[in-house]
Amino acid sequence: MATYKPVVVQAFPKLGEKITQDTLYWRGYKTPVQIKEFGAVNKIHFSPVPPYNYAVTASSRIHIYGRYSQEPIKTFSRFKDAAYCATYRDDGNLLVAGSEEGSIRLFDVSGRAPLRQFDGPTKAVHVVGFLSDKYRIFSGGDDYSSSLWDIPNGTEIISYNEHTDYVRCGCASKVNADVFITGSYDHTVKLFDARTKGSVMTIEHGHPVESVLLFQSGGLLVSAGGRYVKVWDILKGGQLLVSLKNHHKTVTCLCLNSSGQRLLSGSLDRHVKIYSTTSYKVVHSFNYATSILSLALSPEDETIVVGMTNGVLNVKHRKPEKRKEESQKKRQPAYRTYVKGRTYMPKQEDFCVSKPVKHILRKYDKLLKSFQSSKALDAVLEPPIRLHTPEVTVAVMQELHRRGTLRSALAGRDEKQINLLLTFVARHVVEPRFTSVLVTVADMITDIYQPVVGQSAIVDRQFLKLQEAIGKEIDYQEELLEVLGMMDTLFATFTKKSAAYPEENRSNGLTETIETNTNN
Amino acid sequence: MVAPAALRVVRCGGGGRLCGARPVFSADAKYLLCGSGDFVKMYSLATGETLRLMGGHADLVTGVQLNPHNHMQLYSSSLDGRIKLWDFMDGIPIKTFTVGSKLLALYALASCEDSVFVIVPKNGERDTFQLVSVKLTKAAGQDIEAKDLSVVLDDVDVSPKCIAFGREGEYVASVKDVNLQVYFFKRKQLNKFSVSVMKTKGGNHNFTCVVCHPTEDCIATGHADGKIRLWYVNFHHKREYTFSTLHWHHDVVLDLAFSMEGTSLLSGGIESVLVLWQNLSDRQKDFLPRLGSAVEYISVSPDGTLCCTLHTDNRISIINSNLRFSRSIQGLIKSRDVKTGLVVDPRTKALVLNGEPGHLQFYCLQSDQQLFSLDIVQQQYIHQADLKQVDLVKVAFSAQGKWLATVEEREEETDPELQLKLWFYDEETQSFKLNTRINTPHDDQITDMCFRDMDEMEDDSLILVTTGRDCVFKVWVIVEDTDPEAQQSVSWSCDFVGSYHNYQATNCCFSEDGSLLAVSFEGTVTVWDSVTWDLKCTFCHPPGKIRNICFGRLTCSKYLIGATDHGFLCCWNLLSCALEWSAHLNILVLQPDPLSEHIAAVSWLSKESSLFVFKPNEPRPIYIQRNLCKEKIQLAAFVPRDEPETAGSEKYLWLRRSQLFFLTDTQELMTLSTRSLEERLTPSSKQLAVEESLPVTPFSLLLGKHRRQQSQEDIDLGKLIVHNKQEQDSPAVKELLHTPAHVLPSASFLCPIFIKSLLISKENKSAEEVADEVEMESEKAEDDSDEERDVTEMEQEDTSPSELLGEMTCKLSKYQEKELRKIRKMDYSWISAF
Repeated sequence: MATYKPVVVQAFPKLGEKITQDTLYWRGYKTPVQIKEFGAVNKIHFSPVPPYNYAVTASSRIHIYGRYSQEPIKTFSRFKDAAYCATYRDDGNLLVAGSEEGSIRLFDVSGRAPLRQFDGPTKAVHVVGFLSDKYRIFSGGDDYSSSLWDIPNGTEIISYNEHTDYVRCGCASKVNADVFITGSYDHTVKLFDARTKGSVMTIEHGHPVESVLLFQSGGLLVSAGGRYVKVWDILKGGQLLVSLKNHHKTVTCLCLNSSGQRLLSGSLDRHVKIYSTTSYKVVHSFNYATSILSLALSPEDETIVVGMTNGVLNVKHRKPEKRKEESQKKRQPAYRTYVKGRTYMPKQEDFCVSKPVKHILRKYDKLLKSFQSSKALDAVLEPPIRLHTPEVTVAVMQELHRRGTLRSALAGRDEKQINLLLTFVARHVVEPRFTSVLVTVADMITDIYQPVVGQSAIVDRQFLKLQEAIGKEIDYQEELLEVLGMMDTLFATFTKKSAAYPEENRSNGLTETIETNTNN
Repeated sequence: MVAPAALRVVRCGGGGRLCGARPVFSADAKYLLCGSGDFVKMYSLATGETLRLMGGHADLVTGVQLNPHNHMQLYSSSLDGRIKLWDFMDGIPIKTFTVGSKLLALYALASCEDSVFVIVPKNGERDTFQLVSVKLTKAAGQDIEAKDLSVVLDDVDVSPKCIAFGREGEYVASVKDVNLQVYFFKRKQLNKFSVSVMKTKGGNHNFTCVVCHPTEDCIATGHADGKIRLWYVNFHHKREYTFSTLHWHHDVVLDLAFSMEGTSLLSGGIESVLVLWQNLSDRQKDFLPRLGSAVEYISVSPDGTLCCTLHTDNRISIINSNLRFSRSIQGLIKSRDVKTGLVVDPRTKALVLNGEPGHLQFYCLQSDQQLFSLDIVQQQYIHQADLKQVDLVKVAFSAQGKWLATVEEREEETDPELQLKLWFYDEETQSFKLNTRINTPHDDQITDMCFRDMDEMEDDSLILVTTGRDCVFKVWVIVEDTDPEAQQSVSWSCDFVGSYHNYQATNCCFSEDGSLLAVSFEGTVTVWDSVTWDLKCTFCHPPGKIRNICFGRLTCSKYLIGATDHGFLCCWNLLSCALEWSAHLNILVLQPDPLSEHIAAVSWLSKESSLFVFKPNEPRPIYIQRNLCKEKIQLAAFVPRDEPETAGSEKYLWLRRSQLFFLTDTQELMTLSTRSLEERLTPSSKQLAVEESLPVTPFSLLLGKHRRQQSQEDIDLGKLIVHNKQEQDSPAVKELLHTPAHVLPSASFLCPIFIKSLLISKENKSAEEVADEVEMESEKAEDDSDEERDVTEMEQEDTSPSELLGEMTCKLSKYQEKELRKIRKMDYSWISAF
């Protein structure tokens, strides 16, 4: 003798991307704000101190934006030609920028005119930055040199001419005040120590290096160039740790999130990929309208700012987290009411009388158990089930069909209910997992309600919608068949003769399944 | 016995269908007796075990009734025209009464001293039956002719449910079609009623069963339209009657039973729900739903505490009086159609086939018990006529029994609903767990399925192949799930789809080493390489489609055997790719023995089945058994034996390592055995001798053994426990208590001895000595029980029992001590092991 077996709701494998913690986290941004700049945005840098303003370098201007402002708070525009790489100092008071004409300018954030101007490089300076002792600046430019400048004196300390091509990126170590890194189009990344006369380490990236990044610990180096993002272990003498090839165009910018757990890379292929720094797998990705040149993430991941080739600045703010106040208001029974008696250990002479396990059935199961088919169908057509778990509705319909009572359950409904049913069928009939069942349901509904067609405008409209949905699906399947035919021809030309046999079979199998779908 | 080694066909499962007769409770409600094929079976109600199998009838047992005058005796009737009287406690046939004609039902009444009632076919007519009373003469001798028949009622229904006897045997009620007739024995008056006169509005009013109230003049009848009518007949006036209708069943009422007091009525039908009508009214009814299958018979125990339902699928459910299901007795469950074939579970060596609808039963052949029933479909079974149910159609086990693949199917007008499920054997729960479910694995019915059978290679090489009517065969492999959050690490997915000229794939089979796969496509057998999935070669033997294929094993692994539906058995050589030999035989079943090269083939020719056993390397069969049975044989399976049988003759060497079982059209499970039926039965009856009146469960046997062992150990270890002490003086006390009072000496004389015997003997005795005494005492006790002593002897002994004890101890102590030393030596080593 068996107990009642509840309806089996078939689980289907989830196709498409899986929902993970990461996807939930990175999806938690509002719709982006678009700000038009004058030219391609080559650098975005967040001030490390609140209120986390950010400097955007585009064309010959540097704009400072506030957190939520759509208009720049401040503009530095005294460049004759393009400005490059406006970077904040660690305390957020000073800003340095390179320029096309070759000078490096240092600004006070509150002032307007440059505090210092370092003239020396004859060609464009594409990368500048502060060393972590705050008093020195490093730079790299199109004259293949990497230089170090002293802020108080405004003079060059040392210049390294080791690169053999344009220097396009660099960064300073946060751990050691003397160490900085530059990447160049000569496919190398070089590590310099201000105390020595030459480079300390040279890493061969293999492609023109577009961006370099040091981890918070200073031990790991990330370089981007070509389609590759490579992670190197500096402490092991520049050993390649992992090479990531997830973009299909040149990777232009890199960025770490505030916790250092995720690495972001932007590319000309319009995608931003987010990697976990433990597994180096892509955990999420964003896509944008045009090629990405620069990318920055505010402290605490509050804002993602992406600059693009067409001069559009895309700003995404994080949604404020919802607080669940309602649940706190409801007073829960005390903990001891739950544990009351649970901890009692039966003694040897005690008789244990166990409570029979109560099987809790869903509402539709209860109704099915008592053979109330019509009511069971009503129960699964309630909004929460119908909208969120249509597979339950379909499973109950299938069960009713199996019991031979589907027709009577569908019959005898009023205009509103038929409308509901038809809406549901029209929406889901094209989903392959539901097709087989819903086709039967649609057949039965048309059979049962044929005599009343024309009496209600609402129902008639739903019937038309159903027809439309099925027509669309048939067209779609036909198109797919055409594509498949084309692919078959391609496969036939590509595959070698020995492998031709199984390949042919495989494609045959595929065609047949699709054909049956069409028939449905 | 003609020849000791003659191979004969034996029906297994301890008899056939249980559904021949209504089961009967013994008077003390401890046993249940029912007819099972040609046997009468006795079950213990406490444990559900088969206690006794009483064989002697030559045909189906149709009636089982307790002797109303002796509750230890039992009448049984059979289609062979005999009534047998049994002592069922001992399983001895007491008397056999030969009536002559077929007996279709048996009724025994308390009021009729020396006669029973039986339904027999009317002389000369084929389809009319009559109720006759048979006088059972009290003549001496085993076999008695009972020719004294007197007709009671003419034109009765053939079913035993259609006749019932009223209170104290005053009247008999019989129903047939729409007529109810009541015959009074005393007045010799026959009243007839019919239903159709009263109601003509729709529905089928035919009677299906009748029962009489135990104390009142009330008859309950069940009808084909699901109604139950209660007739209150005023028996003094011929034409006055009233009836009330109880209606719950939506289909035929198959059986009814009144409770012992008559306050409530039980009814059952094909809905497989037992309905209890309280106070015989419509208002209050209780249900026991989901009993598994249609209720065929209901019977109530004499003390009213239990009732049991016998189901059409050969199962008995025992139900408490408060409608609580208490236990079920089940052997081989008969499903409507065994679609899965006979499969042997490699783990338990149990036979696996369709059980209850949607279930897979694991049937243990040795103990004739169902080991367990695996719910495959996992859907509520709705008992309703012409409803298309989900059916289990194919089953396959992997070599170690680690994986189980099942296919279920529900036929529809357009295309069948198919599901392929893969189950993993979970060592922890000791049962199969669903791993993967594949919806619509093929677009049409699946015709065959097999695993790649390789013992040495584990999961990584496991392959499942399914063939379908949709002209393809598919290869399924295990894939590791990459998602770390998934619940299971592996699942199955399709790896390859193969087809051959758009022919329907009908059979598939892997070679022994798993390197080749043979798939038959209608008339052609194709052989594929199982690594690259290249088509290697094709064989065919036109005309006719391939019915079965199998590879040879061991030394014959280079052969491929196929049977066509045009009556040819062909053997192809895989090395030369040529036909080795062929034979003209209409083979229905082709079954290779997994442990040897032998292949069994069952042919069907001119209404008889024959068995051929052959080796693929020679076209001459090793063994032929003509006329295996009259029915068509559907399926066969080789079940490996636990230990190889010592075969009597060269001829039966092929039966040495495994046993051949086959299932006929009528779902009888048969086997071939060299031993006769009596030999086969003896071991079970020997075992039964142990259990006298109390039911012995395997657990209590185990516990008893354990306890005995434990007490033995206690003695061996020299531990002295107080209860041992008491045992020690028990013989003296026993002697005292068991002697008849009139031969005992006076109490004043006995008292000191008795008290002395209760005293704990010498304090300074070492543990060894005491242990000696214990053993010796028990020896003495045995002596006592063996010998019958004279009074005089006993008196002599009584004078000095304690002295005698002492003497005996001295005599034996030296020998005993030696023994003990030995034991002690052994013991120490044993202890150190712990």
